[in-house]
Amino acid sequence: MPDPTGVAGRLPSVFMTPGTSSFTDFLSVAAPDLLPGARGPLPAPVTDAAHGTTIVAVTFPGGVIMAGDRRATQGHMIAQRDVEKVHHADEFSCVGYAGTAGVGAELIRLFQVELEHYEKIEGSTLSLDAKANRLAFMVKGNLGMAMQGLAVIPLFAGFDTETGEGRIFSYDIAAAKSEERTYESIGSGSVFARGSLKKRFRANHTQDDAVRISVEALYDAADDDSATGGPDLIRKLYPIVASVTADGYRRLTDDEVGPVVDSIIADRTQNSGG
Amino acid sequence: MTMPFGYASPEQQVRDKSEYARKGIARGRSVVVLTYVDGILFVAENPSTTLHKISEMYDRIGFAAVGKYNEFENLRTAGIRIMDTRGYMYDRRDVTSRALANAYAQTLGAIFTESIKPYEVEIVVAEVGLTAADDQIFRLTYDGSIADERGFIAIGGQSEQVLTSLREHHTEGQPLATALRVAVDALTAGAPPGAQNGERTLTAGNLEVAMLDRKRSRRLFKRIVGSQLDGLLEETAASAS
Repeated sequence: MPDPTGVAGRLPSVFMTPGTSSFTDFLSVAAPDLLPGARGPLPAPVTDAAHGTTIVAVTFPGGVIMAGDRRATQGHMIAQRDVEKVHHADEFSCVGYAGTAGVGAELIRLFQVELEHYEKIEGSTLSLDAKANRLAFMVKGNLGMAMQGLAVIPLFAGFDTETGEGRIFSYDIAAAKSEERTYESIGSGSVFARGSLKKRFRANHTQDDAVRISVEALYDAADDDSATGGPDLIRKLYPIVASVTADGYRRLTDDEVGPVVDSIIADRTQNSGG
Repeated sequence: MTMPFGYASPEQQVRDKSEYARKGIARGRSVVVLTYVDGILFVAENPSTTLHKISEMYDRIGFAAVGKYNEFENLRTAGIRIMDTRGYMYDRRDVTSRALANAYAQTLGAIFTESIKPYEVEIVVAEVGLTAADDQIFRLTYDGSIADERGFIAIGGQSEQVLTSLREHHTEGQPLATALRVAVDALTAGAPPGAQNGERTLTAGNLEVAMLDRKRSRRLFKRIVGSQLDGLLEETAASAS
């Protein structure tokens, strides 16, 4: 760790200086090379990095569901069939990404440490809005790389412990944050997923309904977008589905998602939707 | 050759600094760290609900300190920064209590040697293992001395009295409520200067309690507060000394 002011035999002064509760800000002093975006000048635009595609989030009374397909593509090739694009952010929130897989995974990893670091230093958690804002700063930090072709945007959702409801925040490439009260989808299949959600969303549906329409929206996205993967029944690879409620973050098991996928496929076998 | 005015030998300086640090630490109340069947329990007598003596460090690592608040708070923050940086740079599994304890030992040692005023702190770094045999408890003192302890440790003001009680009542594999009672009884035994034994009672209101529970997932540190703490204390209330 570069710290010219460190005294031999002691913790480097960068650790001992009282200051910020933000891990990102601390890292920008202690080890700026570890920050996303700190890659120095990039050569010509890059386009052949792996890309993650569709993420959906749906609110229901008392919480929110986030789901993502498992496909990463590199041009027309399927780069990975079991990629995870929906992640635990902290006890009451989750985050997913669409876009360049490497950049997205790094963004999420730093975001997770950012929230946990604040919590440990301060002894209290950030508000849901503050978490959403911290994520916006990270997206903003990636603008230069986005312009070079390494674009990624996150989708953030959580349970607001103050209001007792599930909330969704989406971002554009320049970090414009907007809150969605009902549902949102990001990624190349999002156009189709959003259309599906629009027809199926009900204000007072249950958590199970929200899981069902999320998985179905991913099915519709996979149906029409080549970069979005459908459920892989041969390999038993189902969408990643996470719920965030008053009980906290929980990733649904394959034993829970599998039957939902089976029932959707049974329904579509009867009526393919054209 | 004449001695410079106010010369003190290195031995004298070390003795003076040690005495100064010990006096500072002895003014505060004790903190107990002990193993129980599912992990490690931290118990502090602490009337403040916001200024903590016990803290989460990393997934399996906890921290407890006594002495001067601003000094151990500085070390606590530095520790969290080191741990989070290591975990982010390598992997969460590569973050160990031994590395943290070594960093603290070097820092405290350097401060003790180089500064006129040593840190008036005593620190415990504890890591819960996959099994009880892998649990690690490190104790660090104001001069950078480091020791690894088995089973239990008390730091702070009346730690000798507290330790005597712990030696008598702590055993491996105690349930959580029993271990908490052992810790509370031990803290009660360590009467602060001027107070008579048994004059004060430790209740949920003036206890800070946390645990590293190996049955949890990912982040194992958990504060025990409110009704959970009341419940645990009630479970063994009959056996309170």
